[in-house]
Amino acid sequence: MSAAPERVDAPVLELVDVRKSFGPIEILHGIDFALHAGEVHALIGENGAGKSTIMKILGGFLAPTSGAVRLDGKPAPYASGAQAEAVGVVVIHQEFNLAPDLTVTENIFLGRELGGLFLDHRAMRAGTQALLDELDSPIRPDSRIRDLPVSDRQMVEIAKALARKARVLIMDEPSAVLTHKEVEVLFRQIERLRAQGVALLYTSHRLEEITRLADRVTVLRDGAVVRQAGRGELTEDGMATAMVGRKLEDIYPPKRHHAGAVALEVRGFSVPPLVRDISFTLRRGEVLGISGLVGSGRTELAEGLVGLRAATGEILRHGVPVHVGSVREAAARGMAYLTEDRKEHGLLLDKNLTDNLTLSTLARFGTVFIDSGREEAALTRAIGEFDIRAPRRDMKVGNLSGGNQQKLLLAKTMLGDPEVVIIDEPTRGIDVGTKSQIYAFIDALAAEGRSVIVISSDMPEILGLSDRVLVMRHGRIAGELYGERLTENAVVRLVMGTNEQTSGSAAHV
Amino acid sequence: MSDTTRPDTARADLAKQAAAAPSLTARLPGLSALGPLLALILLVALGAYLNENFLSAGNVTNVLARSAFIGMIAVGMTFVITSGGLDLSVGSMAAFIAGVMILAMNALLPTMGVGVPLILAGMAIALGAGLLAGLGNGLLVTKARIEPFIVTLGTMGIFRSLVTWLADGGTISLDFAVRQLYRPVYYSGLFGIAWPIIVFALVAIAGQIAMRHTRFGRYCEAIGSNDKVALYSAVNVERIRLMTYVLLGLLVGLATVMYVPRLGSASGTTGMLWELEAIAAVIIGGTALKGGYGRVWGTVIGVLILSLIDNILILADLVSPYLNGTIQGVIIVLAVVLQRSKSSA
Ligand SMILES: Nc1ncnc2c1ncn2[C@@H]1O[C@H](COP(=O)(O)OP(=O)(O)OP(=O)(O)O)[C@@H](O)[C@H]1O
Ligand SMILES: [Mg+2]
Repeated sequence: MSAAPERVDAPVLELVDVRKSFGPIEILHGIDFALHAGEVHALIGENGAGKSTIMKILGGFLAPTSGAVRLDGKPAPYASGAQAEAVGVVVIHQEFNLAPDLTVTENIFLGRELGGLFLDHRAMRAGTQALLDELDSPIRPDSRIRDLPVSDRQMVEIAKALARKARVLIMDEPSAVLTHKEVEVLFRQIERLRAQGVALLYTSHRLEEITRLADRVTVLRDGAVVRQAGRGELTEDGMATAMVGRKLEDIYPPKRHHAGAVALEVRGFSVPPLVRDISFTLRRGEVLGISGLVGSGRTELAEGLVGLRAATGEILRHGVPVHVGSVREAAARGMAYLTEDRKEHGLLLDKNLTDNLTLSTLARFGTVFIDSGREEAALTRAIGEFDIRAPRRDMKVGNLSGGNQQKLLLAKTMLGDPEVVIIDEPTRGIDVGTKSQIYAFIDALAAEGRSVIVISSDMPEILGLSDRVLVMRHGRIAGELYGERLTENAVVRLVMGTNEQTSGSAAHV
Repeated sequence: MSDTTRPDTARADLAKQAAAAPSLTARLPGLSALGPLLALILLVALGAYLNENFLSAGNVTNVLARSAFIGMIAVGMTFVITSGGLDLSVGSMAAFIAGVMILAMNALLPTMGVGVPLILAGMAIALGAGLLAGLGNGLLVTKARIEPFIVTLGTMGIFRSLVTWLADGGTISLDFAVRQLYRPVYYSGLFGIAWPIIVFALVAIAGQIAMRHTRFGRYCEAIGSNDKVALYSAVNVERIRLMTYVLLGLLVGLATVMYVPRLGSASGTTGMLWELEAIAAVIIGGTALKGGYGRVWGTVIGVLILSLIDNILILADLVSPYLNGTIQGVIIVLAVVLQRSKSSA
């Protein structure tokens, strides 16, 4: 049986009636799906729809419960990721598969080191440098993965996959943590590979990327294929509707115009070595966006404000200077921070939902003994309020889909009932339906009189959510935009550092 | 570049098993947890089969009372290991505390006379010394940020040499009259149950509750699981870590309080290898050596397994008791292998 009628060439890699269960719960219900040479196939669907699971099955990391994986029409001759790589089926994972204590070079050549008895360090280093140059990346081959920001880690992951000379390249949300510029580089590489006849599978929650890249789109809902379409057959709206199963309204809430008293004031705040002399105010009921390139110091500033990094300068709450030396002190001052790195800093992946939800507010759940009844009730409430979709309540958080992990992290942060919330990349890896829920949620926080700082690399998000935007560049505030002057063009100019005069005239483009 | 295209069938099979394993173990979560308990029951059955005296009150009391010292220490060790730490110094620490306690009691004897106050003073000194020793380890780990393995390897040598020095290479003995007064703390008990067993049981129950139902236990697991996440979640990581070492020090002090009346002396070989037995008991009981998951009741079972092996070998006369270490070693390795297959699932 051949796949879609308009294709004449045989698929390279194919799933035939694949089902997958974890324990008693079936996650994939009979998936048929094919990848062709020289084609980018996009797989889209809500959080938890089963995209990553399909990709892991294709890449040999999971065995299907029933059904077949076929490579070149024959049963796939691999039973592990390493074997799949050996026959040219390479996966870029949503969770990074890098050894944190090894260098970039060591990771890229892991398992296929060059040299005989002794390693040929120079050749490997040169190979790594060549790959990174191809990706326009300033990452140094000798950096330890542990010391790199998430976006750089993603670039290393991509470099590693490119080094594998894939026939089939499977990419699970590679762009989620990348900056605009890095995404462009990634797309150029994808287009190059397509031209070379590589079969590509791509997923992303940014639908404009799908429109631009995909030759074919498969829409997944609750573990079943609900729609397949060729290039140009589906609009972004159509994709979103197919994914969610209902029509989506405007995903951004209407702007509020009623900021109250100053809740937080920051004066001359520095977080060595990068962040210098930051001053700003934040009012009650206000959403303040912070934009800037990765590496501009946004996360460092946020971490300094909640006592996670040594900092100097003044923080005033309601006009009173306060000392914030630790996350505990920040919490006591009504301030909370939601990290951008949910896997390393946000969640205990080996623990269940309850343990994670209540970790930062455990003192509220009983004086001497933890009241597990109250904990369970809090989880029930969080699951409802944040629409967390977990097959089982007692499962490890690491087995939740990426988007549901993010929702749990949001629930955990809000459990402390903070007045000032700093949210770093609120919707990274989150589907459109859930995004609009989270936006509504942020809006509701502001409407309740709380103050929210949103750090985001997603331009529409910053513009859609914020009352006011601070742009950071090289650790300093490059400018502040609000009202009429808050436009995409103006923000981009400040982010990139183009001079002020042009930004004024560009405001009405 | 891609010269590593060598299909490796052994790896393939392993990977297949790994892929198939999760569904199986996910459905039977209790089984791996019950492993140590089953092993214990088997050992008891084996002992009863081999020797009719095995289940006699005398033998049971003997086994349990001997387990009590390592047991109390192992309960404390469970918290240290769960939060991602390790303490190699506990055996030497016990010897050192015993030495200090005996010397102090002998020194106080002329002023206080033989009596309960002297015994109480000795106990307080032992607990205080344990607290300080644990505090020292803990501060070196948390404030000076030295690897726990290195810190406690160092203090292990220090305590051991200090007690040898205090004893001048020989033995420190408690005054005879005081020893007579103190003896019942090891040899007598309540309702026929020896004091060390009672104290051990209380420590174990309190430990189990603390691990499962208090913030302290939850934080220990969180820190051992990922200390960065704990830090970002407003957990006072340093203080919890410090507390685990202090708690362990206190429990070593308590174990010494129960141990000194048994022999009434301390020397350079007191508490030899206790650290290894305590760590082994923790691991056999199912606590993850890399931290993140602790099981106090498992530790208790681990301690009992280790001392039962000893006891059965002596009673049964099947193989030489000198092979005790071999059998214990095999069991420890087996326990870790079981843990490994569990965590890869
Ligand atoms: N090892 C596992 N055990 C139990 N359930 C699992 C496991 N792995 C995945 N799941 C469940 O399978 C479902 C599909 O997850 P998957 O990661 O494939 O979703 P996804 O489409 O990639 O979502 P996202 O967009 O959030 O990344 C989820 O409900 C998830 O919780
Ligand atoms: Mg996914």
